[in-house]
Amino acid sequence: MNSGLIDGLFVFMLAGFIGFEVIKRVSPLLHTPLMSLTNALDAIAVVGAIVLVGEHKSQLSFILGVLAVIAATSNVVGGFLITDRMLKMFKSSRPTKP
Amino acid sequence: MTTEFAGNQTVIEIVYLIASILFILSLKWLSAPKTARHGVLAGEIGMVLAIGGTLLHHGIVDYKWIAIALVIGSGIGVPLGLVQMTAVPQRTALSHAFGAFCVTLVGTAEYYLRTPDVPRFMMAVLCMEVILASLTFTGSLMAAGKLQEVLPQRPITYKGQNFVNLSVLAIAVAVAVYLVLNPGAKQLFPVMIVVPLIFGVLMIVPIGGADMPTVISLLNSYAGLSAAAMGFVLNSKLLIIAGALDGSSGFILSVIMSKAMNRSFTNVLFGAFGQVQAAAAAGKEERTVRSATAEEAAGILAAANKVVIVPGYGMAVAQAQHKVRELYDALTKRGVDVRFAIHPVAGRMPGHMNVLLAEADIPYDRLIEMDEINGDFPQTDVALVIGANDVTNPAARTDQSSPIYGMPILDVDKARTVMVIKRSMSPGFAGIDNPLYYMDKTLMLFGDAKSFVSKIVHELSGNTH
Repeated sequence: MNSGLIDGLFVFMLAGFIGFEVIKRVSPLLHTPLMSLTNALDAIAVVGAIVLVGEHKSQLSFILGVLAVIAATSNVVGGFLITDRMLKMFKSSRPTKP
Repeated sequence: MTTEFAGNQTVIEIVYLIASILFILSLKWLSAPKTARHGVLAGEIGMVLAIGGTLLHHGIVDYKWIAIALVIGSGIGVPLGLVQMTAVPQRTALSHAFGAFCVTLVGTAEYYLRTPDVPRFMMAVLCMEVILASLTFTGSLMAAGKLQEVLPQRPITYKGQNFVNLSVLAIAVAVAVYLVLNPGAKQLFPVMIVVPLIFGVLMIVPIGGADMPTVISLLNSYAGLSAAAMGFVLNSKLLIIAGALDGSSGFILSVIMSKAMNRSFTNVLFGAFGQVQAAAAAGKEERTVRSATAEEAAGILAAANKVVIVPGYGMAVAQAQHKVRELYDALTKRGVDVRFAIHPVAGRMPGHMNVLLAEADIPYDRLIEMDEINGDFPQTDVALVIGANDVTNPAARTDQSSPIYGMPILDVDKARTVMVIKRSMSPGFAGIDNPLYYMDKTLMLFGDAKSFVSKIVHELSGNTH
């Protein structure tokens, strides 16, 4: 095992705890938007796919990379779009502004 | 050359650091409706920064295809972001599938680029990434198919199903172990993709509609974990963080959903709900129910002080949420206090009912969680159940022989009058008889949720002058 993997494990552990603490506080009202938002954030996997396409190291990695970028980008765009649409709909009966 | 490369790399890492901070803030701001939209903005900025930073990567020579892929992906993403609110559960399942698809492809590409020099630990993580991602891919497609009703919603079970499923998974794990020991065994790698793909399908076959909230959450968690594993393979802390956040979110939601059904994960995955109860429901003698017309229902509602509406999946199916809003308006105008009782597993995904009711412009402070509203039912004049069944079944509290015994329910039976809008007396999804319908204070309103609510609204508005 190299130090990069150990570093990774530390990061994973800390991020997992932060995720737990932060997401525990999300109101059940917003569980659907929570899922679509985390889905959009998860599509950050697109960065790995972009490197595959850009580096063009082999024909296989290039083709798989292009498909991966397409799939992840559709999640990024669709995920943020629908999360925002949902959140726009949540209105209070007691408006804060007069 | 080397210094320039090192400088670039530092810039990229700093950009990724900022993106990670924004992702965490994004979820933090999502905790309350007031700040939630800032959360989306933070996530968007983080994403744009991360993609922008990645383009600075020194090894990138081909920008044209990156641009083409980004454009095509956006072209697919926009319509997926604009689906109807009732289609959100299947859209979510589909996006889990896309995410897992991406992770599977990147994992595969990385393997073939690096083999045979893959350190063992790296190979183990890579195997985990590919197994989790490929089973999530087909599992999510199956879930989306069931939710879209392209596939049968009822659970399909057969004898020895768990044995078959576990054996398939065991094959995948065995292949993975062999690959960890012999990372150069290229010909085996496709097997490690195909077998989990099959397992993903088999896993969802026995799962029915009512279990979807738990299953979608679980698949969400798997998608996150596979992305985190990909982060280890690519040595990308940003990916590890995003994957860990998504993984823990899915895990927390799965726990909440399982608790709300009084079932464990294993029970959801291996339990195959429908079958047992279908047998239990058969052979019940006919009991009498009281039914009422829209006119009578409108009269009772108009005379009430406090009304609690209990929406369920049936409301979503009938697309009745906008009519329900009209009912809410009509009653509120008469000074009736109307609130909505939301069971955690009402609908097909976590929070499903809240989104539908918010879409119909019902203020979110009228949507009350189960634990908060249950104490208020004894002071409630009318509980109006629209398209919900099992989550209101008092047998879950009292009848130890009931398959849903112990599941937390909305205590609608404690309200002074209960009205249930239902198509017919046929039992609900799980086939469990609901004693609520036979109580003296219960009035059954037979008909389609949308048209019945609209008839009540009509009666109410007719009575105002």
